[in-house]
Amino acid sequence: MSSPDGTAPPDRPAGEENAAEELVVGEPAGPTPHFEGLAEKHAETTAHPAAKETGPKLELGPVGHLGDRLFAGLARGSGGLVVAIVAFVGIFLLALAIPALAKDESSFLFSRIWEPGGDTPRFGIAALFYTTVISSIIAMLIAVPIAVGVALFITYYAPKRLAAPVAHAVDLLAAVPSIIYGLWGILFFAPILRPVIDGIAAALGWIPVFEKPAGADVGVVFTASVVLAIMILPVVTAISREIFQQTPITHREGALALGATRWEMIRMAVLPYGRSGVVSASMLGLGRALGETVAVLIILSVPNGNDPWNPSIFAGGETFASKIANNAAEFDSPEKTGAYIAAGLVLFVVTFLVNSAARIIVARSAPGAKRPRRNRRAGATQTEGASA
Amino acid sequence: MSTLAANKPAYDGQTLDLTGKSGLRAFKDTLATVLIVLAFVVALIPLLWILWTVVSKGYHLLLSADWWNQSQRGVTVRREGGGAYHAIMGTLIMSLITAVIAVPIAVLGAVYLVEYGKGTKAARVVSFMIDILTGVPSIVAALFIYAVWITMFGFNRVGFAVSLSLVLLMLPVVLRSTEEMLKLVPDELREASYALGVPKWKTILKVVVPTAFGGIITGVMLGLARVMGETAPLLILVGYSKNINLNPFDGFMGALPTMINQDRTELALQPAADRVWAAALTLILLVLSLNLLARLIARFSTIKSK
Repeated sequence: MSSPDGTAPPDRPAGEENAAEELVVGEPAGPTPHFEGLAEKHAETTAHPAAKETGPKLELGPVGHLGDRLFAGLARGSGGLVVAIVAFVGIFLLALAIPALAKDESSFLFSRIWEPGGDTPRFGIAALFYTTVISSIIAMLIAVPIAVGVALFITYYAPKRLAAPVAHAVDLLAAVPSIIYGLWGILFFAPILRPVIDGIAAALGWIPVFEKPAGADVGVVFTASVVLAIMILPVVTAISREIFQQTPITHREGALALGATRWEMIRMAVLPYGRSGVVSASMLGLGRALGETVAVLIILSVPNGNDPWNPSIFAGGETFASKIANNAAEFDSPEKTGAYIAAGLVLFVVTFLVNSAARIIVARSAPGAKRPRRNRRAGATQTEGASA
Repeated sequence: MSTLAANKPAYDGQTLDLTGKSGLRAFKDTLATVLIVLAFVVALIPLLWILWTVVSKGYHLLLSADWWNQSQRGVTVRREGGGAYHAIMGTLIMSLITAVIAVPIAVLGAVYLVEYGKGTKAARVVSFMIDILTGVPSIVAALFIYAVWITMFGFNRVGFAVSLSLVLLMLPVVLRSTEEMLKLVPDELREASYALGVPKWKTILKVVVPTAFGGIITGVMLGLARVMGETAPLLILVGYSKNINLNPFDGFMGALPTMINQDRTELALQPAADRVWAAALTLILLVLSLNLLARLIARFSTIKSK
């Protein structure tokens, strides 16, 4: 890119298209004619806000070539569609949740009862929320240190020839379907975790969260957390790895030249540089863990309805996702369905917040990004109007 | 490094000696190395363990031809026999429909981000929403389609509804990897094309996208691999059928994840357990081969930058 302020790419083509228009006459009118109206409508609606900000009008007229207009419209339309989808997910879930929530006889946010349907539906998400959040946070706490270790191993410790296969192997962990994690977790991994659970419960059992209830089997929140940790490990590793690799070589060699050991080089150059990346990677992992369905569904044993609610991580429970998936067969009346959709909406909002936070952390603490980027944007929006 | 330090001539009396390692620093360095290597070993154990479990328990059914061309029609949990043809076909059909819908939107969306909207506020909103879409849990995507397809339109639970919800999951994967590849296409190529008088849309279709094609295919395969293993939308949006049903618009459909789910409560019975693990192995083979293929393509089609 030639100009440092980044103004070049959007407007350069615009001028040349106009010139090109006369050269290429009678081009076929772009892809699929029946999208025509739609595409142009999208082009108008999406181009409008940008055009407003333009300031001084460059009277280039509309970009001349029909193919260009259509293609730009299709591209913009697809971009707009992504925004629309996310908005629709929220709107539709909300629209179906509201009628059910209006009939809810207990506090939706603070009740732990889940009895939707019937004449007096009573349901609240407190217990679901607790289990979802605590299982995901434990998973994150387990996964992040290991993931950072693996990322460092791949970037700075492994011999060059080993690094790439290792990275691929960790990525393959992400490819294993979650239902297989669930099966493996409950059948093979949970029995191994039992002594660990007993150990922690024996040492810290006086804290209610670590108390092991009588008769708890292997399908407890802690087991689900460890399996979730394995599942989010590749995500956190992949992002951390990328950030660590980007550590400026001058920082690293500077540290080494000053006599730092490899670990000191990592602590002084790599980790500070990658901190925001690791934070955001862990939040993305958290988001993944919050929404994981089938593995949790298979592992967690659903508590008996009559048992008192137990906050212990060594008891069973249900998360938003596992509750919804477990009861898919119950979606018979709109009220009942609405209750589950309301739970899904809460899950959507929670993951939305966690993921947004991750992105914002990255955007705000990206090394030396903020100031210059803002100027760049201002320049870019000005010229964008010309090409639109 | 330690040999270097040992060979170094002794240099004492000055505090400026930074190259020598004090015992504590050397110890910390070694400790960090040990911990990091340990982290790596710990991370690999589950992968190997899972693969070993699934392969050792599932492989023998895969060796029979029945597995690949028979359905589970009329086969009960206590009986051996039958195959996974219905489930394999169901998984493939649903994923292909997903790809057909998601890929064009994703590629065009990436084109918008890189070629049209670069640096604009609108593009940043779109980019942010893609990140959000990446994080949308599959169960939420499934509920959304349930709300639209079944509650609002009153349609039945069919395979196509599953595909629609999988589109939401596949779209961001393909879009992001396409975007990354389009960004790598050198500007010189675009400029050369413009200089020849080629309009922008043709430049994109004939120069930019073909240059990035390998990366786009990689993204598509990774996206397919992701949606094939999804179970939650299948649980909510289509019932499991033991019969062969190749019509995504009518009736329940088998799929590998739901085939596993179907019999997982009957693992005490040997025939059921065999089928569960064989289906798991089939699914892993499908997903992993897509992943490996994607990586191979990525390796051989990297854009050589300047």
